[in-house]
Amino acid sequence: MLYDLFVAPFVEFEFMRRALVGSCALALSGPPLGLFLVLRRMSLTGDAVAHAILPGAAIGYLLSGLSLWAMTIGGLVAGLLVAIGSGVAARATILREDATLAAFYLVSLALGVTLVSSRGSNIDLLHVLFGSVLALDDATLVFLVGVASVTLAAFALLYRALVIETVDPSFLASVSRAGGLTQSLFLALVVLHLVAGFHALGTLLAVGMMMLPAASARLVSTNMTAMIGIAAALGLLASYAGLVLSFQSALPSGPLIILVAGLLYLLALVFGPAGGLVRLLKPRHHLEA
Amino acid sequence: MSAAISLRDLTLGYDRHPAVHHLDAEIESGTLVAICGPNGAGKSTLLKAIAGAIVPLSGSIVLPRAKPREIAYLPQSAEIDRTFPIDVFDVVAMGLFHTCGLFGGVSRSDRARVAAAIHAVGLDGFERRPISTLSGGQLQRMLFSRLLVQDASILLLDEPFTAIDSKTTADLLDLVARWHAEHRTVLVVSHDLDLVRAHFPQTILLAREPIARGKTEAVLTAENLAAARKMIEAFDRHAHACARPA
Repeated sequence: MLYDLFVAPFVEFEFMRRALVGSCALALSGPPLGLFLVLRRMSLTGDAVAHAILPGAAIGYLLSGLSLWAMTIGGLVAGLLVAIGSGVAARATILREDATLAAFYLVSLALGVTLVSSRGSNIDLLHVLFGSVLALDDATLVFLVGVASVTLAAFALLYRALVIETVDPSFLASVSRAGGLTQSLFLALVVLHLVAGFHALGTLLAVGMMMLPAASARLVSTNMTAMIGIAAALGLLASYAGLVLSFQSALPSGPLIILVAGLLYLLALVFGPAGGLVRLLKPRHHLEA
Repeated sequence: MSAAISLRDLTLGYDRHPAVHHLDAEIESGTLVAICGPNGAGKSTLLKAIAGAIVPLSGSIVLPRAKPREIAYLPQSAEIDRTFPIDVFDVVAMGLFHTCGLFGGVSRSDRARVAAAIHAVGLDGFERRPISTLSGGQLQRMLFSRLLVQDASILLLDEPFTAIDSKTTADLLDLVARWHAEHRTVLVVSHDLDLVRAHFPQTILLAREPIARGKTEAVLTAENLAAARKMIEAFDRHAHACARPA
């Protein structure tokens, strides 16, 4: 009975195994990036970049149909253009980064929706927006896992610079010129990860996989290393549980994965020992020193 | 005595408006110098520029005997993100940057140096405390201990004693005196004139334009301080391009 519920779908159906591998790859590499977005108060940046990817993917789609590489390259170019363009505009003008990013991604999104609806059907738009984790082919799966691996390796190399740049940017500027490059590489990783994510989960939900486990982990622990581990574990749990739910209920899997991640987030919000509501609801007696 | 830092006709600023205007100064090796002046006088900007964090609009900063790595810079503590989940030991270990870089490992002897520096500022037992739990004084002690680990020949301290209680200030001044005794060059931005008179032999008085520099008692006169106050009120939104030759 339990076997039928939790294991059988993955044993019996190859598409379920592929979906599991793809979403687990994203669950391992996305949350660490999301954690730094949370800590750097850039939580909405992922969202903006994800919207910005749309016109690039759409142009790729218009040129060569549902081709992995065309849509990937298009998405990467659009995402990087918006990320770099808004960064340059923020440094060169009076507008702050959040304002320029909002402006750039809104234009990009409008362009994307226009392009998609000028040629494609609504079903295609749904594919780009919400992904198709149950229809991952070999090439897409290899790409997803490859991107996840590259992201994790690059993140490990960037880690020290990223921590110092976030805690004390003036100190980093005084000992090294790596600060600007660190920021750019970090944003590039976010873009790359979201482009990979939209094949499996769609542009909108790829952000959810990045941000929800990260925000939850921040509520559970005060230790950076633990947070990264917890975030990845929550992502994996959401991927697995979401797929099982989707299989048993015949509802779309991408949104269900994110809903499970959202449920875990709500639990962390209430019970998270490192800043959840539980501290307010059930205050413990203060210590002696 | 040779110059540790030469500032030659240095102009620093933001958006073309000068924050430091045509400053010439030689800071001799091994001296302990206070940089004074009203708010907006360009003190922090000057320190940032010497630390290499901003580029001069014109003029130059020459550090004849120091490679960039021999400079240790203490930013104003407000620039530190205190909500970040990092503990005291790891912040102090940032001072190892020149030995470990961005990718190198931290050896046992490096760890011992960090631990010794934490002990030297009296933060024993705080090694694994998250920085969000520190008081203002403890935070400043931690940043001084990072400076100890950096072991630089030139130290640049931006407002290190602001909002710090007298016990902590005294302890940190002892460290400054120790660096001075070790013949390091120490520049400290401060607007506490009594503290400067008591502890700093040399002073540069800045009010965007250089007002005076030299022995502290000769610089911090009522006359010079009045001139500094007057100068700082002269910001002009529609200023013309400066005609002095660069």
